[in-house]
Amino acid sequence: MSAPAGVAEAPPRAAAPVAGALREAGLAALVALGLFGPMVGLRTEPGAGGLMLVQRWPTVALLCAMVFVGRFGLVWARSHRFPAFLPALARAVPLALALALLFALMLPPLPTGETLLSAGGHDRALALLALFVVAGGVFLALGWGRAAPAVAVASTRSGRWEGSLRRFGRVLGPLLLALALLLPALPWVGRYTLDLGILVLTYVMLGWGLNIVVGLAGLLDLGYVAFYAVGAYSYALLSTSLGWSFWLCLPLAGIMAAFAGILLGFPVLRLRGDYLAIVTLGFGEIIRIVLLNWVSLTGGPNGIGGIPRPSFFGLSFSAGGGPGSFADFFGLEPSPTHRVVFLYYLILALALLTNWVTIRLRRQPLGRAWEALREDEIACRALGINVTTTKLTAFALGAMFGGFAGAFFATRQAFISPESFTFLESAIVLAIVVLGGLGSQIGVAIAAVVMIGGFEVFRDLAEWRMLVFGGAMVLIMVLRPRGIVASRTPTVALGKRRAISGELVGEGHG
Amino acid sequence: MSGVAGTDILRVEDLSMRFGGLLAVAGVSFEAARGAITSLIGPNGAGKTTVFNCVTGFYRPTGGAVLLQAPEVAGGAPVALHRLAGHRIVRAGVARTFQNIRLFSGMTALENLLVAQHNALMAATGWGIGAVLGLVRYPRAEAAAIDRARAWLAATNLLERADDPAGALPYGAQRRLEIARAMCTDPLLLCLDEPAAGLNPRESDQLAALLLRIRSGEAPNGAPCSILLIEHDMGVVMRISDRVVVLDHGRKIADGTPAAVRADPKVIAAYLGEEEADEDAPAEAGVAGSGVAGAASGPGGTA
Ligand SMILES: Nc1ncnc2c1ncn2[C@@H]1O[C@H](COP(=O)(O)OP(=O)(O)O)[C@@H](O)[C@H]1O
Ligand SMILES: [Mg+2]
Repeated sequence: MSAPAGVAEAPPRAAAPVAGALREAGLAALVALGLFGPMVGLRTEPGAGGLMLVQRWPTVALLCAMVFVGRFGLVWARSHRFPAFLPALARAVPLALALALLFALMLPPLPTGETLLSAGGHDRALALLALFVVAGGVFLALGWGRAAPAVAVASTRSGRWEGSLRRFGRVLGPLLLALALLLPALPWVGRYTLDLGILVLTYVMLGWGLNIVVGLAGLLDLGYVAFYAVGAYSYALLSTSLGWSFWLCLPLAGIMAAFAGILLGFPVLRLRGDYLAIVTLGFGEIIRIVLLNWVSLTGGPNGIGGIPRPSFFGLSFSAGGGPGSFADFFGLEPSPTHRVVFLYYLILALALLTNWVTIRLRRQPLGRAWEALREDEIACRALGINVTTTKLTAFALGAMFGGFAGAFFATRQAFISPESFTFLESAIVLAIVVLGGLGSQIGVAIAAVVMIGGFEVFRDLAEWRMLVFGGAMVLIMVLRPRGIVASRTPTVALGKRRAISGELVGEGHG
Repeated sequence: MSGVAGTDILRVEDLSMRFGGLLAVAGVSFEAARGAITSLIGPNGAGKTTVFNCVTGFYRPTGGAVLLQAPEVAGGAPVALHRLAGHRIVRAGVARTFQNIRLFSGMTALENLLVAQHNALMAATGWGIGAVLGLVRYPRAEAAAIDRARAWLAATNLLERADDPAGALPYGAQRRLEIARAMCTDPLLLCLDEPAAGLNPRESDQLAALLLRIRSGEAPNGAPCSILLIEHDMGVVMRISDRVVVLDHGRKIADGTPAAVRADPKVIAAYLGEEEADEDAPAEAGVAGSGVAGAASGPGGTA
């Protein structure tokens, strides 16, 4: 904005970039030392005579070293005008490492005598490695995409892929929908496939819900699982303590989750980018920890059991098939499959509702304002758009669909506990959105099928599948940094609607 | 400073803006007459954009007042723009463009113009709820919005690019689109920050003609629109301005008709002093730094 507009992007200090980078890295490492020293370096553990103070300075040193290397790499790469990939990498690796380490520290200690490298610690090592790879991939994709120049020439290769995908997509969408609708009727589809279908559809719904927040409004939310949890617990508490029916509790759970979204949104929506991401991540953890510790209400780690199953217009799906049951009313042989099929169609309907509302809203002023916010918040303000309320609606709506999905999860499982609502869930849903392509409905659906389905298919690989999976994801993000469907379809046109190349579309700054 | 209430649309009174130790605008007062083009000129760093940011609610001034004298709004009493929240300024009737173009680059030209009509459309949708349910009032409102957007696209010579993403338009077209977008908010006062920067002479001429049409009300809005213009292209400024206000180092050094200002020795001195220091004038630099560069240094961080 200001006077020297022409030199807005000041040329990097050419003089002694290494020295400058070293200085900045040293500063960052000092800050890290101040932070991690008390947080990680000192830990109390139950010992022989009460609590013992355990000191973990090597870990602190490692963390500080990582911060140092990361910061140095970032500044140095920037001063060398490397392709945007390198700074993104320099940023993603330490972030992912830090995340993996934090998780390692949060886990209970290994049995004595075991290390991460000995047989007993193998699974954990692999899981952490996988977490590192997946998180690194996500951070890389986010950082890289953002660093890419706003106006770039579309490479022909990606352009061609986009074209063929688009042509294919016109058939693919209806095809997927038809498959989803007919799945329970296919003769070779058994209970297992249906259960898997329910799982996939739950993630499709969560992905579509989060897509409103991240894909359309461009607000990076790392704590989406919080709203899933609020929905699930609202449903569980309402239905077990008040005995209200599923169809009454479902909307209530959605409203509660939307309310939680607004509650979180008010204070944090003035934050942008990485700051917003970190605060939302914290919110997700806070909700989980509250659920874990508010024993009188939530049952703490024991969770809530005996959650009523949904009924089909008052007809229950009891296994015995007694009077008033679904099987009895329709004169069918009582079978546990009935309930599974019903649950399948229920989540399909909920997911389609999410999709329908999103598609509709995208063509309305509200949805257009979300996308405009993602493109340029300042311009939005100059056009008289109330940025705060517009962001809040996106947050609340995304949260509401998360809450619906949570209520469904609760009624399907009949038992919920805080364990189901860890950060990993948020990460998976976000990965689905990023992998599918920010803002693309069909992309998110494909990504959910591929990710969750892929997880199941490679079940035999045990812990290795996480690794395979993380690797595959990184590969996809390297090849297609903006996800499977990177382009954007205009919401309105005078002539023919032509797809907009992903390179022009903004990703939001938070 | 007298300013007869009926003829001035904007009164800036003793406006000051301080950034830490820097007094970017120091007690500037001027008026913009209704139905006129008032230009704000001055060397780089004089504080022109800062004045704009105070007028359009992006900065809260450290001192002074910005009054919009619009009889249509608020029953004849002047609206104190310096007290309004950023997004309410538009509703009061002030629209702006940015020195570093700020279009929604991933959206089409048409979509950009529809976003500008957000508030009117939002009201027609019953704040989102009615629209999801598909109430009838909305399609009519949207059709009207599209018609208006089409008229502005035609007026800015962009009709055949309506369905192209804004980010893919040539530089000059992006400048015009930004003006069209601002005009779609139906303003009483249009504030333009260096709209001719980076344009070639022919495009500059077309821009000047467009501004004259906006002022006279020939352009699609129908009603005349006053213009506050920051511009470095003296050709454009001298040709179309009704009045020129010159700033230097945050102070007003001259104020009058183009001819009077051009002959003012203080103005000549200010510009001559700039000559050596300012070889890479903003016109060219603006092109190179278009789009992305501006995003980093936006007026987001207000005082
Ligand atoms: N947000 C800000 N923070 C600090 N200084 C600023 C800010 N905006 C502008 N300035 C300073 O105020 C002075 C006037 O800037 P500006 O109004 O952009 O000048 P111009 O007349 O070229 O548009 C410059 O010295 C600029 O560096
Ligand atoms: Mg300026």
